[in-house]
Amino acid sequence: MMLVIIAWIIAILAIVAAIYAVETKDLLSSAIAMGIASLVVSIMFLVLQAPDVAITEASIGAGLTMAVFVYAIGKTKRWEE
Amino acid sequence: MRRYAGAAIAIIFFAFSIGIFMQLASYNDYEGSNYYYKNPVNGSLANESVPSHYVKETKNETGAINAVTAIVVEYRGFDTLGEVTVLFTSATGVSFLLYHVYKKLKKREANLILKEGSKLVLPFALLTGAYIFIHGHLTPGGGFPGGSIIASGFLLMMLAYPEFFVREKSLSYSESMAGSIFVIIGLLGLLFATSFLQNFIPIGKPGYLLSAGIIPLIYIAIGFKVGSELSSIVQKLKEVEK
Repeated sequence: MMLVIIAWIIAILAIVAAIYAVETKDLLSSAIAMGIASLVVSIMFLVLQAPDVAITEASIGAGLTMAVFVYAIGKTKRWEE
Repeated sequence: MRRYAGAAIAIIFFAFSIGIFMQLASYNDYEGSNYYYKNPVNGSLANESVPSHYVKETKNETGAINAVTAIVVEYRGFDTLGEVTVLFTSATGVSFLLYHVYKKLKKREANLILKEGSKLVLPFALLTGAYIFIHGHLTPGGGFPGGSIIASGFLLMMLAYPEFFVREKSLSYSESMAGSIFVIIGLLGLLFATSFLQNFIPIGKPGYLLSAGIIPLIYIAIGFKVGSELSSIVQKLKEVEK
């Protein structure tokens, strides 16, 4: 039962972060929301007993991809037209 | 209107997958017949032999405790070589695109907490990454996550100190050495055993650090390769003048 509650919280957080990442005009907050979504999904992988995938998702999805996006936004424009 | 429809479809899809998850979580008995995919036409259990073979025989055949690692490196080693090549190609593409840009940095100081904290965290990040890829055959993880953790340690240093750089030569040397070691181990398998990337070292006692034959060697090579590639991607992006 506990697992199911955790799964629901994770799913709602992931959906909210993903929709915000698509909808917002601020690309920096969009990148950060994407990082939050992949961090939350990595907790989901841990709950589903896939620790290998969880480690990879947390380090690449939430860490390096977000940094690459933030560097790229720094080189270009921050606001979407 | 279309975007709301898309959001609604996403929510429905996610709720559906949560329902599947709840149903899966209620099966405690993984040995039971519900675990395997049942063919709806003739009622036979499809794909039963391959997963049960992996679960039961991995330890005896490869000496690795972590079955995922055994599948990634041993049974499907050639796929892993392809994955490493994909990452190498993307790193090469980033270097190629950003080659002509001359190094010119904005000297903006980071704050004190980030500076001191990154100095404190860097050794532990490197240690965790090395632990994850050296112990890939015993605990969850392996070359790819270990290398990316090492690269994120360097990323933290690059964020904190504008003048911090990993030397380009050492990055490219470690990357090409690791890639060559991977291929050479595979060719030695062709020489001493029957096929490419086959195990030719005695597997030892499962559960010990020095066991599982070539799996730890290949994962150490992959860890160095992935770490240096991702560090070089981040460093190239940092170097670019606006």
